[in-house]
Amino acid sequence: MFEGFEGGRMPAAFMSAGTSSFTEFLRAVNPELLPGRHLDAAGGSAEHLTPDATTIVALTFPGGVLLAGDRRATQGNVIANRDMDKLYRTDEYSAVAIAGAAGIGIELARLYQVELEHYEKLEGRSLSLEGKANKLAQMVRGNLGMAMQGFVVIPLLVGFDETTEQGRVFSYDAVGGRYEEQRYHSIGSGSVFAKGSIKKLYRDDLDETTSIKVALESLYDAADEDSATGGPDLHRGIYPLVDVITEDGHRRVPTEEVARLATEVVEGRAAHPDGPTALLD
Amino acid sequence: MPFYVAPEQQMKDKADYARKGIARGRSAVVLQYEGGILMVADNMSRTLHKISELYDRIGFAAVGRYPEFENLRLMGVRFADVRGYQFDRRDVSGRQLANIYAQTLGTVFSESLKPWEVEIVVAEVGDTAAEDEIYRITFDGSIVDEQGYVAVGGSSEHVAGVLKERFESGSSLSAALNTATHALAHENGEERELEAGNLEVAVLERSRQHRKFRRIHGDRLTALIQQGKSGDAAGASAGTDTADGEADQD
Repeated sequence: MFEGFEGGRMPAAFMSAGTSSFTEFLRAVNPELLPGRHLDAAGGSAEHLTPDATTIVALTFPGGVLLAGDRRATQGNVIANRDMDKLYRTDEYSAVAIAGAAGIGIELARLYQVELEHYEKLEGRSLSLEGKANKLAQMVRGNLGMAMQGFVVIPLLVGFDETTEQGRVFSYDAVGGRYEEQRYHSIGSGSVFAKGSIKKLYRDDLDETTSIKVALESLYDAADEDSATGGPDLHRGIYPLVDVITEDGHRRVPTEEVARLATEVVEGRAAHPDGPTALLD
Repeated sequence: MPFYVAPEQQMKDKADYARKGIARGRSAVVLQYEGGILMVADNMSRTLHKISELYDRIGFAAVGRYPEFENLRLMGVRFADVRGYQFDRRDVSGRQLANIYAQTLGTVFSESLKPWEVEIVVAEVGDTAAEDEIYRITFDGSIVDEQGYVAVGGSSEHVAGVLKERFESGSSLSAALNTATHALAHENGEERELEAGNLEVAVLERSRQHRKFRRIHGDRLTALIQQGKSGDAAGASAGTDTADGEADQD
């Protein structure tokens, strides 16, 4: 039935008042389930073992925040996966995307997801957005040993802050440093190009649909310059994924809508391969 | 001087003790409605819950001693989260949880001097009403798979009797709530008026994405109670209720 469930008794830890952190609980009862436990002992660099995941963009708009990611995972010069989902709904008001070692990142995101829900169920209320951001920082820091071996995982957290009623974006570095970003941010191998692109298109008064358009333009630019980022694939019907979080909660933008906007972007590039230009007065 | 107590006597004493403890508190009911499963408890406290969420599709309702069923709730949430993380979210089922509760309570009952004074319900909402599962687990670890509705608590037999008379499968949320509150209000043969402030109400909503558990309180609960009462007054001639302002944020 369950490891340790013998003689009709759960291990004592299950019923103690104990911790409301799922990670700490797992470390106590079932440590082998924690991500990357076995890799610590591996020694040497093993980064060629798992594919890399790539460009993620996040931008805020009045009343919400948006997170978008391309679909490509690469392993050296090989495209390991064309339709990967790098965005994770972590709870009703937050989402996380990952860049870096995919195998570790996926586990980290999954664990983080359970962590937030676990806290909410045990305590009867969700963590504050700051609390969620700090928790993620601790988890990234916990991965430092593996980052040193080449398995660097960088998450990007977006969330809707219910107290201030606005969207917020948090970025991280490999040692768990947490930085709040203003307005927009991008991570991953194509982030330099994506961020440059958003910089020229971003305005403070963008509505939700236009924000999605800006995100798609920036991902197109990233894919244009960075071989490890995939652009919209009209033939296969593979489009970037977009999550929007507003007062109403988390919503994955339907494929049809992204497809429509992405097709507009691609068609626009037929006339202007470098995309929309900023106005110079 | 060593003395001998027959095992039968021992068990009977323990069972009487547990029953008495449970009978001191108010009851709770769990029943199906058209959109899923409704859970209602007679509970004055807004923060010390008798009803809570275990996992995506699974809810928990308990009566008896709070610290004891709170321990069981923690255990269930931890078990479900570990399970779901280890395998997949779909691999956590109400049956598993009901089983570990039954085994835990059974062990405590037979091995400890003092049995736990709790009675719990584990409910899982399925894709269709036919796939809904409702389990009732008593202080001695017996487990019963209930159909449609269940009552737990000291006077659960009486409450279940009222439920049996009034329960209709596929009734609207307000009608189901009305049935539940009516059953709880006449718990000990008394006439009480249960208001939003006395009730803890939650639903497992079939149509909801991700986590199906949702609490209903405040204005929405008051409105639902009113709606249920007026539907009751209008009588069965009006037939089933029309759409009753389904899911919104809590």
